Amino acid sequence: MTGPILSIRNLTVEIPTRHGILRPVDGISYDIGRGEILGIVGESGAGKSMAGNAVIDLLSPPAHIAGGEIWVNGTRIDQLKGDAMRRLRGKEIGMVFQDPLTSLNPLLRIGDQLTETILAHLPLSRAQAKDRAIKALDEVGIPGATERINSYPHEFSGGMRQRVVIALALCAEPSLIIADEPTTALDVSVQAQIIALLKALCRNRGTAVMLITHDMGVIAEAADRVAVMYAGKLAELGAVRDVLGAPRHPYTDGLMGSTPLASRGKARLHQIPGAMPALDNLPQGCAFHPRCPYAQSICKTQMPTLADGDGAACFFPLPHTAEVA
Amino acid sequence: MTDTPLPPDAPIEVKDPSRLRLALDSDFFYTFKRSPVAVVSFSVVSIMVLAAVFAPWIAPHDPFNPGSLNLMNGFSAPMEPNAFTGDIFWLGTDDQGRDVFSTILYGMRISLFVGAAAVAFAMVLGVTLGLLAGYVGGWTETIIMRIADVQLTFPAILVAMLIFGVAKGITPVEYRDQMAIWVLILAIGLSDWVQFARVVRGATLVEKNKEYVQAARLIGRTSPAIMLRHILPNVLSPVLVIATISLALAIIAEATLSFLGVGAPPTQPSLGTLIRIGQGFLFSGEWWILLFPAVTLLTLALSVNLLGDWLRDALNPRLR
Repeated sequence: MTGPILSIRNLTVEIPTRHGILRPVDGISYDIGRGEILGIVGESGAGKSMAGNAVIDLLSPPAHIAGGEIWVNGTRIDQLKGDAMRRLRGKEIGMVFQDPLTSLNPLLRIGDQLTETILAHLPLSRAQAKDRAIKALDEVGIPGATERINSYPHEFSGGMRQRVVIALALCAEPSLIIADEPTTALDVSVQAQIIALLKALCRNRGTAVMLITHDMGVIAEAADRVAVMYAGKLAELGAVRDVLGAPRHPYTDGLMGSTPLASRGKARLHQIPGAMPALDNLPQGCAFHPRCPYAQSICKTQMPTLADGDGAACFFPLPHTAEVA
Repeated sequence: MTDTPLPPDAPIEVKDPSRLRLALDSDFFYTFKRSPVAVVSFSVVSIMVLAAVFAPWIAPHDPFNPGSLNLMNGFSAPMEPNAFTGDIFWLGTDDQGRDVFSTILYGMRISLFVGAAAVAFAMVLGVTLGLLAGYVGGWTETIIMRIADVQLTFPAILVAMLIFGVAKGITPVEYRDQMAIWVLILAIGLSDWVQFARVVRGATLVEKNKEYVQAARLIGRTSPAIMLRHILPNVLSPVLVIATISLALAIIAEATLSFLGVGAPPTQPSLGTLIRIGQGFLFSGEWWILLFPAVTLLTLALSVNLLGDWLRDALNPRLR
């Protein structure tokens, strides 16, 4: 298959409120190729999850897609409705939710949940579906899958449950997986295992992954490319080693500076002053300028745009030459 | 992952415990055993239900077979030989010589049946509407819940009487006595669905936003399938509690209606009807005709209520 699995063009999500229309996602564009993991980072409220929910049509009203296009495997899906949407999104897109405590139905055996998903999308008999469910559990590293298939979710630990959730997302063989903070609810030692597992499975199957997180460490470990979001817009997009190694957008630089790294020794952590502006009170020009150490007058009046493809949406991308700084 | 020395396929002896074993081992049964109130009230309710179900085999007389009645036996006092016939009746007889113990057994039958059927009807109606209101939201929710709110402003017994009156008015005269029981069930059921709907709606709103419901939507489940398979089982435990407490209320409501003369007809007397008949004899000294049905009703309603109370505590994780 050629071309990207997921392609988003100018996606805008709007929430009408009595204070006016909010845009939690404002004109973002990116592609995710086969077997590629795109990390989406940003502070809370930057629109990361909204963008993910828009792709799988799980926006809760009144939030809705107000513009742009979403293509999955060459099919435009943002205009699909009802049955067509249901069939496609389940078949092509899998979802790993944040909290494994609530993403499994507590009253159904995990085997039933897996077979339900498999039967919904693949033309298999019940017995075949069960075999496949066992295989899926085996693949995500659950020991004794044949017995465990009859267990209820509460009989698993958090990490094991998240493995089940991943099996659930992968069992219908989707071409895209959206993982919305898959490790946030887990403890650190389990986080690494889950990330490694997700990465390995997707590499092997060529599944594209949209990895939404606020954890730079997770991005550095798992993602191929990274999109940094700020106030609903893309601040920077590029390969992980470019973006994390040599950030061009001052916001990315600030994020990196506020991530604890062993190599930085005992130096104090840097913090970005201020907080992200409220969506109903965005400043004119670049949304980041009130917090940006390098802001110039043009930043206060004009909105920098992200050139097509990789780059940073900034008038004065880093590294700065002496005269700009 | 931790590596265990066992190969993953090593045969592990897992005995599948029987369902009974599982039930006896459960926390639920444990708290039940440890609560004297629960054990006693459960036993009382069970005995009464069994007695009602097997009334035709237990009752010493068939109170509704006029051929077996002897008018000479009328107004026998409990445990005293009758002045004319010498027969002994445990709980005495009424004016027509009917054995009070037998009429209570048969009356309990009607009371329990009407109560249980009314609750079942209210439950099905309330749970369905509550699920719909909670899951669909919007106008559906507004309409259903406003109807519920309006109905709550009237006393339930008044609503039941209203429905009973209307239903009775539209049934043909010759069917009235036969239909009375069913009309009673309809009336009590319709007056009681609101509780179920409110609780289920609340629980549905909570469950609806959990991620497993989103996941079910994601894999393309239709809304009815999600409601029935995923949400309904997760909202059932409060329903169970309300159903039990409602049963006591429904039995009392039925007795109230029958006492007021608008419920079960004298041809099929329920406990309420018996109390109504009995109160006419109270001041002429035949206290037993009133007292025993009344005590039975009290015991039944109290036991069911206590059982419901215990169930509410046992199923509420926050109170444990």
